[in-house]
Amino acid sequence: MKLMLKGGRVINPAKKFDDICDVLIEDGKIKSIGKDLQVKDIEIINAAGCIVTPGLIDMHVHFREPGQEAKEDFASGTRAAAAGGYTTVATMPNTKPVVDTSALVNSLKHRAAEVGIVHVEIIGALTKGQAGKEMAEVGDMTQAGAIAFSDDGHYVESAKVLLNGFDYLQTFDKIIIGHDEEISLVEDGVMNEGHHSAMLGMKGRPTVAEDIAVARDIMLAEYADAKVHIAHISSAKALDIVRQAKKRGVKVTAEVTPQHLTMTDECVDPTDTSTKVNPPLRSAKDTEAMLQGLKDGTIDAIVTDHSPHAEEEKDVEYRYAPSGFPGLETALGVLLTDLYHTGKIGLEEIIAKMTCGPAKIFGMDRGVIAEGKAADITIIDPELEWTVDETKFYTRGTHSPFDGKKLKGKAVMTIVDGKIVMQDGRIVS
Amino acid sequence: MGKNSVSLRGKNILGLEYFSTDEIDLVLETAKEMKNIIHRDIKKVPTLRGKSIVNLFYEPSTRTRTSFELAGKYLGADVVNITASTSSIVKGETLRDTLLTVEAMGVDAIVMRHKAEGAAEYATKVVSPVIVNAGDGAHAHPSQGLLNLFTIMEHKGYLEGNKVAIIGDVLHSRVARSDIWGMRKMGMEVHLAGPKTLLPRFLAEEPGIFVHDRIEEAIEAADVINVLRIQLERQKSGLFPSTREYARIFGLNKKRLLLAKKDVLVLHPGPMNKGVEISPDVSYGDNSAIQEQVQNGVAIRMALLTLILTGGKNIETNA
Repeated sequence: MKLMLKGGRVINPAKKFDDICDVLIEDGKIKSIGKDLQVKDIEIINAAGCIVTPGLIDMHVHFREPGQEAKEDFASGTRAAAAGGYTTVATMPNTKPVVDTSALVNSLKHRAAEVGIVHVEIIGALTKGQAGKEMAEVGDMTQAGAIAFSDDGHYVESAKVLLNGFDYLQTFDKIIIGHDEEISLVEDGVMNEGHHSAMLGMKGRPTVAEDIAVARDIMLAEYADAKVHIAHISSAKALDIVRQAKKRGVKVTAEVTPQHLTMTDECVDPTDTSTKVNPPLRSAKDTEAMLQGLKDGTIDAIVTDHSPHAEEEKDVEYRYAPSGFPGLETALGVLLTDLYHTGKIGLEEIIAKMTCGPAKIFGMDRGVIAEGKAADITIIDPELEWTVDETKFYTRGTHSPFDGKKLKGKAVMTIVDGKIVMQDGRIVS
Repeated sequence: MGKNSVSLRGKNILGLEYFSTDEIDLVLETAKEMKNIIHRDIKKVPTLRGKSIVNLFYEPSTRTRTSFELAGKYLGADVVNITASTSSIVKGETLRDTLLTVEAMGVDAIVMRHKAEGAAEYATKVVSPVIVNAGDGAHAHPSQGLLNLFTIMEHKGYLEGNKVAIIGDVLHSRVARSDIWGMRKMGMEVHLAGPKTLLPRFLAEEPGIFVHDRIEEAIEAADVINVLRIQLERQKSGLFPSTREYARIFGLNKKRLLLAKKDVLVLHPGPMNKGVEISPDVSYGDNSAIQEQVQNGVAIRMALLTLILTGGKNIETNA
């Protein structure tokens, strides 16, 4: 099967390439890239006016399988991914049961191949049951194909358990992703501790909880000379700790979500649980710092932390609602609207953090458009205006804080291994 | 907008942040009339005859619930109480479904107490009867804020310019937050004081609020002192070392009361921990209006129910 993407602006951040040209796809791979490629009897996609990028990568999603399929499963989750322009996602292990054995990693890989329409990488749990006590069989899971390890959703309370993880995983050259909020400081807090929480009387989750957790994880990784990746960073001080650590050569990387780049705790409305996320939406100062971190390279990747919940679970009192919302289908539009079209950051910088950035952290042979590589490609119309309507989402999740928002810029085609899986917002596979 | 055109008819009572000063004045004036009814031999007027009110209480409450119940009954309304332990709430029904059920029975107003901040406002998005917030977590307790203003007005004759000290557990207090909104709107100077562990960080950023970590500073030359209740479980979670130390350092006693103006008014939302946040002699002393607050609470709730359900025009005060 052959496919020609004609006349698009190819942005390939890994090679600092940005030019109008054609991309020829053959047998699931990129055959050639060049100006005015001529091939007979071939399906031609007119990409003029659009951006052709490596397929987007989201290394932080929750697909809820196994155990909580009413929230999401691999079929609905990968369709949401394709709709949002993603060709690769990595699922977090906080499912029921927790993904903490090779049997579960294998079974999820099979499920992904069976019902998924984009590439799915599996992140295994660092500790058994994510209980933070005993190390899970991370070697075995690595051999089964797990891409990284994390107790995401939980802070690893014991420094010794985490240090053991850093040491032990060096044999397998896999990284640990830290969910960093010191537990005693956040307890049952529901939003950022700040002026708004003080006036609403809502229990706060202070930034210092994140700051000391990030600092501890970095110090332990540095001591073990191991790699650590900081999940969904949100505090300006924590970011600065990462910045300083990078300067002295610590193998630390960090990711940020669109919500922590574009929304603040002033958005919290106690009657609308869509803004309840972990870590919580922070202050404007923190949001501004996140943008700076993206620009200066302190932050390596943008992830969605796609966290769908069933409608009835989110339609409750704020304090009882679970944290998180589905982000795959809005991330790109939000970033382009609020960061690119406002002139805060360049298109190629955004794309880098969604392609080659995450690929590099996790050692994946993806995130680049190059001859001979798998044809995972996203075509983006940066000027397309649309309105978020969560009733049209492919995800089973609801309660997006962006519902109803007018956005400018959207993925219009997602190609996985040379096959079109999404066209004009509709799943076609 | 002139006072004559102010109306609370159909308005949800969620928090004093949503009240204009004219609206607060209207409630206070109406409460004055209502207080006369309470003093009558036959406490029954037909103002709300044919109206039904549900008290939906998700938290234990004696005075607020009874106060709303009597307020409704004195005005001739039918009042039903639903409490969390005796309803389908214990069977796991969601707030939405409980509200829809109550609405389907044809009620005119729902008075709601809930431990989640924003629960009453959430209810306004779910059902159409008027919602009265009788306390939502640490967020708001508007009728308490109004009865405090009413009590101050009765004693001082005016609100503007009074210095008020709110002392104790501001962090967990919905009363404090309603006071902060209501008292500032009415031109009062608000001072908060208590151990730093019980004062919300960042509250000092709010204009018109002065925060102190020694209660003496707040009490000094105060016209009004509102002593907040200390929940004893706060000590167990490490927010202060002991009730003994709390009483010694942060409790209101006779000696500290001398720092305030001579005619200082002492308020407490109840129930009191006597000997902890307030000494017994102060709680029953000459400056205390704590018992009056309870009676004024009924008057304020009568005023609120009348105003939201009838608009308050042509109030029938005759039996």
